Amino acid sequence: MNAKFKPVVDALTNLALWFERRLHIVKIWESSAGHPIPKSSASWFYTFGSMTLLCFVIQILTGILLALVYIPSPSQAYQSLDYLNYQVQLGWFLRAVHYWGSNCMVVVMFFHMTQVFLWGAYKYPRELTWISGIVLMLLTLGLAFTGQVMRFDADAYWGIGIGAAIFGRVPFIGAQLVDLLLGGPIIGSETLSRFFALHVFVLPGSVLALVALHLRLVLMKGINEYPKPGVQVNRKTYDTEYNEILKKEGIPFAPHGIGKDIVASGVILLVILGLAIFVGPSGPRIPADPTQVISEPRPDYPFLWIFAAAALVPNGSEVALFFVAPTIAMILLFALPFISNEGEKHWSRRPVAILTVVTSYLGLALLTYGGMTGPWSPHMEAWSSQATKSQFIKGRTPLELQGAVVFQNKQCRNCHAVGGGGGTRGPDLTQVGTRMTEPQLIRQVIQGGGNMPSYGKNLTPPEVKALTAYLVSLRPPGAAPAQDTTLVHGK
Amino acid sequence: MNSDHPPLSPEAKKYSTRRDFLLQVGVLLNTVAAFLIGIPLIGFILASIIQTPPPTWFSLGPASKFPRGTTRRAVYTNPYRKPADGDTAILTCWVRHSEEDTFQVFAANCTHLGCPVRWFEESQIFLCPCHGGAFYADGSRAAGPPPRGLYVYEHKLENGELKIKAGVLPNLARPS
Repeated sequence: MNAKFKPVVDALTNLALWFERRLHIVKIWESSAGHPIPKSSASWFYTFGSMTLLCFVIQILTGILLALVYIPSPSQAYQSLDYLNYQVQLGWFLRAVHYWGSNCMVVVMFFHMTQVFLWGAYKYPRELTWISGIVLMLLTLGLAFTGQVMRFDADAYWGIGIGAAIFGRVPFIGAQLVDLLLGGPIIGSETLSRFFALHVFVLPGSVLALVALHLRLVLMKGINEYPKPGVQVNRKTYDTEYNEILKKEGIPFAPHGIGKDIVASGVILLVILGLAIFVGPSGPRIPADPTQVISEPRPDYPFLWIFAAAALVPNGSEVALFFVAPTIAMILLFALPFISNEGEKHWSRRPVAILTVVTSYLGLALLTYGGMTGPWSPHMEAWSSQATKSQFIKGRTPLELQGAVVFQNKQCRNCHAVGGGGGTRGPDLTQVGTRMTEPQLIRQVIQGGGNMPSYGKNLTPPEVKALTAYLVSLRPPGAAPAQDTTLVHGK
Repeated sequence: MNSDHPPLSPEAKKYSTRRDFLLQVGVLLNTVAAFLIGIPLIGFILASIIQTPPPTWFSLGPASKFPRGTTRRAVYTNPYRKPADGDTAILTCWVRHSEEDTFQVFAANCTHLGCPVRWFEESQIFLCPCHGGAFYADGSRAAGPPPRGLYVYEHKLENGELKIKAGVLPNLARPS
């Protein structure tokens, strides 16, 4: 060392030691970041937890900054977000990072949960780590839901309305729950204020407390060793075995086990940054004006699957979907570490675990896709915005042409597509003439059935006659009209 | 423990010391205080349940705005409007004046999950954009997932004005 610098280095060393003697930082470091982990656990698969935590830190930082400008009041919320988007220096960037940070946090959290599940990390003695993780998952979803309400656009407004409608289905205390949710008899300023209080105080505070517990449990019970097929967890011997592993191949998490976590953190930061810059912030979309009944509300990504499930369950089974199914799911999630407390950890010896993950992911992905496309929603403007293509008009008789007018003007296309244009709520009618006879069509139009209203009172007999004549003509060129087989056999 | 103090003799343990007494008083004092502070706090949290204002009568304007044989959308201001409510205080409902000269006033909220239903004059159907719930002109359930017909507000005609009793978000637990 250059002798010139020696006094400076000595002074700095003394200063550091002065702090160390008072704060005992080395001791704290050794018992926290430097805690020993099995060498095998320094794996790429073990990085999702720290990524989730990093996302949460991003959310806190950007959230505090957003709160400097955002006004949680229905009269100002939308304007303050517009102001952030277009006028505040880098306000759009802040909103975009907060939005994509939230989506990434939910996704990475589920990856973390999946990994912990497949690697058997919830088994003895880490039951409480799993349980605190489930609570953290619920809190995170709560943050995502209350966060989309902050946008306070039409989606948020009607989303709260949907929440109220769901609460209103609770037996006995439904009305009281709705009042508690809305902070009054109707959606208004107190509704947004309470969602704001949940979003910025109650839920983040609870997450911090639970994260402290979650991390303390990781330190006390150690990180799960990388499972090996055939190695069984046994409550009586596990603690000794784990200590043996640490003695044999233990390394301090920081600095020797943390490398992959740091790389993964950098990657997730870049992903959030990239999405924020190239996709930008979300909304606010149409302002929350209750008199604009043109709204077709749809939740953010993390809840699209619930939205889709609500549309797909049989009519009348909403109570089962909204209350019974979540209760069963929660009981299973909380009970998991006790149901399978010992035994194999490695996923290759746990086919049920793999099946659970595959079916859950397939189900969530399909429902989310359904939620994005929403094939069950009528196209409310199809009748006035989509012209009938010429091949469905050409060569028709005057009666059939009248029917085409009825078909268009009576909003049939809002639910029924012809030639690709229109809703998909009801069956596609492009070739309906090949599968239904005129009497069957008349019956269906007049009586309705299933998800179709009966139009007996809403259409005049001539309109029905023209409409069904047109529907019979909807066949590919040369195809014969449908025949009633029961009649043919009856003769 | 400080070794300067000898352990208490069995004789001394029989009597409660001033410290023990103060601890008991302290616990008692804090318990009472916690209840005195806590009960009003819980009351505040539950205020929106305990103090829900009931639906109230107010005017939708002259009945002549709604000609016979039509169904029209009416816009009204929430009677319980608060200063910061903004646009959310301006609400909407559907008014039907039938050919038989009767009025019906429907909430805009679908009875399935509360999305706003839209009236289609040509086909005489209320249609919900969310899951395709459909209702007939008289508000009765036509098709789709709704468990019942549209929510109906109580109404009356007074001095040529159409008045309704509203101000509460209708839901299955409290239909009006």
